[in-house]
Amino acid sequence: MSEATVPFDANINATIKRKATVNTITRVVRYTAVRVVVLFLTVVAAVYLTILIANMGGYVDKIQRGQIQETVSMQIALNPAYKSLAAEERQKLMAEQIAIQEKRLGLDQPFMVRSFRFLKDALTLNLGRALQMASDSGSKMVRNIILERLPATLLLLGTAQILVFIFAVLIALSLSRKYGSFFDKLCIALAPLNSAPAWFYGIFLILIFAALLHWLPFGGLVDAPPPESKLLYTLSLLKHMVLPVGGWLFATIFISSYNWRTFFLIYSSEDYVDMAKAKGLTSRNIERQYILKPTLPTIITNFALLVIGAWTGAPILETVFNWPGLGRATYVAIGLYDTPVIVGTTVVFAYLLVITVFLLDIIYALVDPRVKIGGEGRPS
Amino acid sequence: MKAFKNTFKEFSRYPSAILGMVIIVILLIVSVYALVTLPYHKAITLWRAGEGIWYQNPRFAAPAWINYFRKDKLPETIDLSTLNGTAPKTFVAGENMDQTVITFTFDYPYADYPQDIAIYFTAKYAGKQPYASISLLTPDSRKVRIADFSVEETETYYVSQDTKLQRRLAGLQPQQGIFVADPKAGLTPPVNGTYQLVIDGLTFEKESSLDAEMVLYGKVHGIAGTDHLRRDLKIALLWGTPVALAFGLLAALGTTLTTMIISAFGVWYGGWVDGIIQRVTEVNVTLPFLSILIMIGTFYSRSLVTILGATVLLSIFGYSIKTYRSVFLQVKESPYIEAARAYGAAGNRIIFSYLVPRIIPLLIPALVIAIPGYVFLEASLAVLGLGDPVLPTWGKLINDAQQNGALYKGYYYWVLEPAILLMVSGLAFALLGFSLDRIFNPRLRGI
Repeated sequence: MSEATVPFDANINATIKRKATVNTITRVVRYTAVRVVVLFLTVVAAVYLTILIANMGGYVDKIQRGQIQETVSMQIALNPAYKSLAAEERQKLMAEQIAIQEKRLGLDQPFMVRSFRFLKDALTLNLGRALQMASDSGSKMVRNIILERLPATLLLLGTAQILVFIFAVLIALSLSRKYGSFFDKLCIALAPLNSAPAWFYGIFLILIFAALLHWLPFGGLVDAPPPESKLLYTLSLLKHMVLPVGGWLFATIFISSYNWRTFFLIYSSEDYVDMAKAKGLTSRNIERQYILKPTLPTIITNFALLVIGAWTGAPILETVFNWPGLGRATYVAIGLYDTPVIVGTTVVFAYLLVITVFLLDIIYALVDPRVKIGGEGRPS
Repeated sequence: MKAFKNTFKEFSRYPSAILGMVIIVILLIVSVYALVTLPYHKAITLWRAGEGIWYQNPRFAAPAWINYFRKDKLPETIDLSTLNGTAPKTFVAGENMDQTVITFTFDYPYADYPQDIAIYFTAKYAGKQPYASISLLTPDSRKVRIADFSVEETETYYVSQDTKLQRRLAGLQPQQGIFVADPKAGLTPPVNGTYQLVIDGLTFEKESSLDAEMVLYGKVHGIAGTDHLRRDLKIALLWGTPVALAFGLLAALGTTLTTMIISAFGVWYGGWVDGIIQRVTEVNVTLPFLSILIMIGTFYSRSLVTILGATVLLSIFGYSIKTYRSVFLQVKESPYIEAARAYGAAGNRIIFSYLVPRIIPLLIPALVIAIPGYVFLEASLAVLGLGDPVLPTWGKLINDAQQNGALYKGYYYWVLEPAILLMVSGLAFALLGFSLDRIFNPRLRGI
């Protein structure tokens, strides 16, 4: 339709379109806002639960007391004014100072009151000092230790998740196209294999490709010593990522493909797909517009559960592959009994989970017409 | 009865279900066997015992059956002792000293060297220590002098640690060098045939006596092999079976049943009850489950019971609550529920007698499918170093193996045995569950 012949009509159309866009935006924004509030409450609940569990053994108190002790004794040792004092007097001064500090931080208050302050500290990632562990840069702050390991974890799991999503969607689509074929049956037969976690297949992959064939490294982030040039560093990194990512893929791909293929099959037996076929649309078009589009929300919900499971599996996968990420830090902290780090990683994992869910929620909002167009599901 | 028969008929049409069932039955038999032959306390004492009990086993030995698949046979452990009569001891009385000759005769048909040879002496004397000289008569009739020394009450001599012997053997590792035809020619394959290790002992007192046990540590041992502490892996593999099954079953049963009942309550009472259950579920599924378990494991107790309890508590408000809810919402509207309401049935009665039974076809497959997850969860925690402190489990074996670099050093059996058992049991439940799902939910059958 050209503008010159029916300008009026085009104008109305544009207004309607603009109105619809505005409507969509408000809906998406409202949906997002509600999700933000709900997820923030989730983080608060998770962190509070963490504090409750940790403090039933008094560990949060211990973390705080340890920190006070260290700062006070450092202050007194470094202050030249106290140099001339006798050891006994210095001890007394230290005890006084510690008492003041404890009072200042409210360690003399009942736990219920303190727990909310701990909550605030934890939510702002003010996680205290590690007992034994230190970050590579030498910092003993739990936050620094964790933030330093985070990129490695994100790299590994991010890559793995994206690959799983892409492969599973492609495999599921092609299986649903050839429903009942040999590969379809093979995928169904292999689906029970995915009841085992990724680290488990990781062990087998290490055995085959590292121990027996010597093709790929046993674990770690890069070769030792790390290569100088950026290109070689990346290549080395990729080489080290093959096995953990492979383990992850193997442990999730069959069941995901199987589930998603079933979703595709359900949606491709809808009447409107038959209608589209009758109209003579190409199968490519049908797949994209009539099958993939309505299935995506279901798939994303399913994928969200998978990603949540990924955060749970991360520590063990990293431990098996010696991957210097957050999970491996947790493992080391367990071995050293470094309580502040254990509490800290729990808090960070809570955040990571919620952020993941939030991102997936936004994607969900973008693909699900019920959010875009309105809850009633009535197309305008 | 007829329904049961039909289900069974249906069941027999799925080979994977039958395979799963057979494996599960075998695992159950193994569990019973483990519990009967190795009672709890015995298993734990054996597993936590040190070298005192296990000194006759080699370290890092592969299972003995790998020899069936090898052309070059690996040595098995040879254990001979004068104390139990497996080695002869001759006593010749002399004037001011008596002579005791102990001969350990053994066949050595293997292509590899032993890990070590240890001689455990038990001597009785009041003041003067007996004197022993050890030599080895080889099949090619050479006599290799091994060592001479005075023996204390309990003394252990390890051939591998004898540096003097090593020098005499042209620098070869002693436990290897003594089996070589000519040590100067380097490390050639061991000479096969019958060896005699002779201990020529002299005792200087009337009451004095000398006994000895020779353990030639092989490179294979028993049905399952041994670990770094010479322990027989068989114990952990056997005991891991009931532990894994019990943990998986109890956790799956505990979570699935409670989840379903809570969901039924939510649907029936609706309103704020349902609302709270929904919100709690939404929060709970985004909790860092493993991290919380790790905290509980580190701060309180690593015992399997605590971990089981925590697992169930954290999994009750799982995602499946929503699945059950959607089914219950449909069931709630059925006429028979209305009829029940009409005759005045109370809420609890409706929930337990009418709502819950309706969902059992959905519940059973879900329960079976949930089992492998929990079996692997126990193993996962053990791999993180949070296994039960006393019980030997499959996961703890994998953890031990990992910490001792088993894959790196080539002790593959150590990882593979528990891993394959885990895999087989996980797979058995998964196969059964997937088939049950199809049997009980015919809607899935078409797809």
